[in-house]
Amino acid sequence: MSEVAKSADWTGPVPAAGGALRGYAVWIAAALAFLVVPYVFSSGAGLTMLSLMGIMIVFTLSYNMLLGQTGMLSFGHAVYYGLGAFFAVHAMNAVTRAGLPVPVIAIPLVGGLAGLVFGIIFGSVSTRRGGTAFAMISLGLAELVASSANILRGFFGGEEGITTNRTKLLPVLGLNFGPQLQVYFLIAAWCLLCMIAMYAITRTPLGRMCNAVRENPERAQFVGYNPQTVRFIAFPLSGFFAGIAGALAAINFEIVNSSYVGLGQSGVVLLAAYIGGVGYFVGPVIGAIIVTYLQVMLSDVTAIWQLYFGLLFIVIVMFAPNGIAGLLAMHQPLWRAGVLHRLVPAYLVGLAPLAVMTLGAILAIEMAHRFAARASDGPDMAFLRIPLDVTRPLPWLVAAAMTIGGLLLFRRTWPYVASAWNEATIAARGRGEHL
Amino acid sequence: MSAPAIALAAVEKRFGRTEIIRGVSLEIPAGERHAVIGPNGAGKSTLFNLISGRFAPSAGEIRLKGENVTGLKPFEINRRGLSRSFQVTNIFPRLSVWENVRCAVLWSLGYRYSFWHGIDALAEVRARTESILEQINLLGRRQVQAGVLAYAEQRALEIGITIASGAEIILLDEPTAGMSHSEADQAVALIRAVTRGKTLVIVEHDMAVVFGLADRISVLVYGEIIATDVPEKIKASKAVQEAYLGTVPA
Repeated sequence: MSEVAKSADWTGPVPAAGGALRGYAVWIAAALAFLVVPYVFSSGAGLTMLSLMGIMIVFTLSYNMLLGQTGMLSFGHAVYYGLGAFFAVHAMNAVTRAGLPVPVIAIPLVGGLAGLVFGIIFGSVSTRRGGTAFAMISLGLAELVASSANILRGFFGGEEGITTNRTKLLPVLGLNFGPQLQVYFLIAAWCLLCMIAMYAITRTPLGRMCNAVRENPERAQFVGYNPQTVRFIAFPLSGFFAGIAGALAAINFEIVNSSYVGLGQSGVVLLAAYIGGVGYFVGPVIGAIIVTYLQVMLSDVTAIWQLYFGLLFIVIVMFAPNGIAGLLAMHQPLWRAGVLHRLVPAYLVGLAPLAVMTLGAILAIEMAHRFAARASDGPDMAFLRIPLDVTRPLPWLVAAAMTIGGLLLFRRTWPYVASAWNEATIAARGRGEHL
Repeated sequence: MSAPAIALAAVEKRFGRTEIIRGVSLEIPAGERHAVIGPNGAGKSTLFNLISGRFAPSAGEIRLKGENVTGLKPFEINRRGLSRSFQVTNIFPRLSVWENVRCAVLWSLGYRYSFWHGIDALAEVRARTESILEQINLLGRRQVQAGVLAYAEQRALEIGITIASGAEIILLDEPTAGMSHSEADQAVALIRAVTRGKTLVIVEHDMAVVFGLADRISVLVYGEIIATDVPEKIKASKAVQEAYLGTVPA
């Protein structure tokens, strides 16, 4: 799916100059990527991961309609995702009970409508104010819905949640959506549709005014627009797509519980959008892929994966506030000028000590975790298949040496990397790139 | 005779106990170029904020082309054909120059909150945006982020955003503030060109600009208009000289 990431041209603040044809090419590439990846990662775990990524892409992009596009920091976006999931799961069960001829591929619409309707209801309160007031109200509403989920057990199913069976719905073209591959393609198709729709919305008068309201809500008023109205329209639209994502999750897992509407889920989507880069349309796509990957893979490797997840977020906020898409966009003019390869030696020199430092820090964290939190498992552990004893000083010394030595070396490579960067940008300017 | 473009009747504005505007009455006929001058702190910008809806007046009535607009929001007043610029540059800093002007064009062309029109396919939006950028001489800079423009360019963009909707009544708040002489001359030529046939109200400190541009001048001192007249009479007025001693060029 990195084809989408690389064509960051249609994402920046500058209007795209490429024209419609180029836009289609991007979507065709994305469609091809969706078609190819399940045969590359064809294991059961691979397909599950890809399905989760598709769901998360829709959810994160919907979130960025608020945060990145309109400048609305929501702490409660899982409300629309979760309600979409619950309405979808109830709809599936109702359709099955009544024997209605509704295929499972239509169910995401139910989730979307639920997200839209609740977006209108809650948005009518929360979007009257921007900035901090909006953020606080979104948090309050999230708390409200999350606590309702524990009270209204009939609808939310209490602790165990609501289950369903997606194969009991009307088959389409002989597909009953039992196998994960079929579910993946259902998710992929909806994901592609939603991506196109959400991108198209950014290229409409409303989409442009969302940016204007984000930048300067006061000035927007003096060119005829009511910022409250702009926010109030953007909000349910975003809820619509979040609801679709929730419904896709309901179809994928066949179970929905109260964690879907919880603050944890609202936090994950914020982190995903931010890590990817909220200032770019592809940012949330990148963020969704990375965060899903980390959630699935890292949790297999280490018990404290959430710690690493948090550290990654902090590193991004501190050193790359425009996210990974921002880093890519920084390099785009160099790529266009054909001078990007000149950075490779410098980057390798910089990355080597960085890798040593990171590895040392991870070793220290893992040993500390074993020593403090899981002492009952004994002092013997393995790191990268190397056996070690956390009660001995040597592994600690190694970890400290790697971390501190790596950091010191990394800092010494900075001037070299910086001068390589400067030379590359000068060369790019010489070839007519604006930098 | 048609209603005046702007009519203020006994307009007052208080912030807490502080009276900033103390009963201003003023009629500006359509098509006039009207300058508001006065010492610092006289309330010129506040007066603009009242007319453009940024603040609601504490008392009095404001009419636009005969219609009572007292207490309306800025966007409601803007939709009735009044557009203003700001003393401190007030643009969309991280949007491109092109986007800045295009955002200001959309409402008046009727696209409002549409999320069903593809923006790049709207020929008249593109044409209007292009023509505005041409007038303010920023067409060549259209891809640049507005926040990184040179100061004089940002001031020109500010005017571009202000005139983009085609409003018949234009309020400019110190459009040449902070400019060099040659920049100010260019700005005045630009203002003259883009406000042709429109009603213009301008707050300005540079007296050369004021006397060169205005049909009539109002002098605002401590929240009151002490004189409204043609430039020659204002120049000659004793009261104005007293209030304004030393700043009127000989």
